[in-house]
Amino acid sequence: MSSVPMENTTSPRKSKKALPVGHYRGLASWTVVFFVFLYLPIVVLIFYSFNANRMVMNWGGFGIDWYIKAFQNDDIQSAVWNSLVVATVATVVATAIATVGALVLARGGNFRGKTISLGLITLPLMVPEIVTAVAVLIFFAAIGLNWGLGNVIIAHTTFCIPFAFMPIRARLEGMDTSLEQAARDLYASEWETFRYVTVPLLMPGILAGAMLSFVISMDDFIITLMVGGAGSTTLPVYIYSMIRRGLTPEINAVSTLLLLVSIAIVTAYWIMSRKTET
Amino acid sequence: MSNWLPKSAAGRRWLGLAPSYFVIGIFMLVPMVIMGVFSFLEPNPYGGVKPVGSLDAYVKLFFEYDLEDNLVFNPGYLNIILRSFQLSFGATLLCLIFGFPVAYFITLQPENRRNLYIYLITIPFWTNLLIRTFAWIIILGRGGVIETPLLWAGIIEDSLRMMYTDGAIAIGLTYSYLPLMVLPIYASLEKLDFRLLEAASDLYANRFEVMTKVVIPLCKPGIIAGCILVFIPCIGAFIAPNLLGGGKKLMLGSLVQFQFASARNWPFGSALSMLLLSAVVVVLIFYARAAKKREAMEGTA
Repeated sequence: MSSVPMENTTSPRKSKKALPVGHYRGLASWTVVFFVFLYLPIVVLIFYSFNANRMVMNWGGFGIDWYIKAFQNDDIQSAVWNSLVVATVATVVATAIATVGALVLARGGNFRGKTISLGLITLPLMVPEIVTAVAVLIFFAAIGLNWGLGNVIIAHTTFCIPFAFMPIRARLEGMDTSLEQAARDLYASEWETFRYVTVPLLMPGILAGAMLSFVISMDDFIITLMVGGAGSTTLPVYIYSMIRRGLTPEINAVSTLLLLVSIAIVTAYWIMSRKTET
Repeated sequence: MSNWLPKSAAGRRWLGLAPSYFVIGIFMLVPMVIMGVFSFLEPNPYGGVKPVGSLDAYVKLFFEYDLEDNLVFNPGYLNIILRSFQLSFGATLLCLIFGFPVAYFITLQPENRRNLYIYLITIPFWTNLLIRTFAWIIILGRGGVIETPLLWAGIIEDSLRMMYTDGAIAIGLTYSYLPLMVLPIYASLEKLDFRLLEAASDLYANRFEVMTKVVIPLCKPGIIAGCILVFIPCIGAFIAPNLLGGGKKLMLGSLVQFQFASARNWPFGSALSMLLLSAVVVVLIFYARAAKKREAMEGTA
């Protein structure tokens, strides 16, 4: 490539009709349509959760009756509890495993088996969820493991590892090692350097990974449906059984609450990651 | 404090990786191997398998036994597999057509606004897929958000019957995985040198040629990555075909689930999963080859 100053050759922008090179008509309106498509279901879902009627699709006036009903529903309460237990345990374990894995893969230099290790850790992202679900179901049946919610927690921990791993590794690769070297030069032991320098610097990555794991675990449906037994219904599985029984605004009310939790967590993650960038 | 850690770098490496290897190896890799073995066994009528080797599960994909115990060709399952591929290709194409201009539009925006757009695209992706698909029932269904105003205005007289069709499944799949198309395309467009577009324009390329001969070839890696990221979850989809196809229009994913939940034919379900898995492996190998080829070309250029 020659280094001709291209700025000078920009086509004249004075005439109102001519768009600059690379700009196309209709892109903005196309994007508007795109976002309407993306958000229409979410808006519709929230809107109909305030339907006072028994049938979702027949608007019977504004009301929060279905929220009250959902809060009084014991099955929903136990499903929420199960979801929280599973997501919390899976997040803590998966994040710990992903952190030590990421430390090795980001800081361990090049070693034999690095590519394979990376492939193994990201394997749960590559395999279709239904295949994972079936394989784990068969495995638990084959070894006769029947821990109820424990089975679900094991499955969730496994597929949460890559989601926790990716932001942690990204953070590690963007981190300057000079502070750690300075600590070592000032006679901090290896452990002290790790504990007081590496971990605090890495914390935003660890938190981001934990948040993603939590959201992914809270949202998982198909793997829990297959692996979970009668006593280990999580919220998405319960919502599915509600949909199959008939469409009432109670589904919308519960769904809206779950939706808001996810959006809140992802927004917190987004704000945090923007703060650490600058 | 750290005396318990192994001294050598290699020892530490494997200590750090051991938990990942242990969990993913035992609870993901080993199960998939067992699933492969199960696909070659005979089904137990109450679920599970009998330890008797058999190719029946794979034969069942194409043939069935008639009343006289002769094998006859049965296109039933083959049709479901074909439909899964068609719908997945269709949804991938729709995502590309719908998503590419948006990714391009975002690239043209000032940097702080780009981040906001990306955030808005990822938000639905992190919210529950089941719930978002359920919302489409309210939109497409009889007496739903689309139909009611049209009926009221007298534009249509009867229900459009949009639910439980291949079209509804395609919309659901497109909607589910659209962000997975936009994000990689955006990532590769972001690196695009816009001076190249002006150079092309100066060399008398028209707008259309600038797009097809400069922009699209340069962001091909992003397009391919996006297509793969959309195609893989589509081919194994369960929620969209189940909720929007009403369980009548089956896809591979729902067929697999059915074998374990209702039909209790574990070997056949395993064989279908193996088929799904091999489709994914083929796609990934294709991707790795394309990436290698590109690297080689960039290396020589």
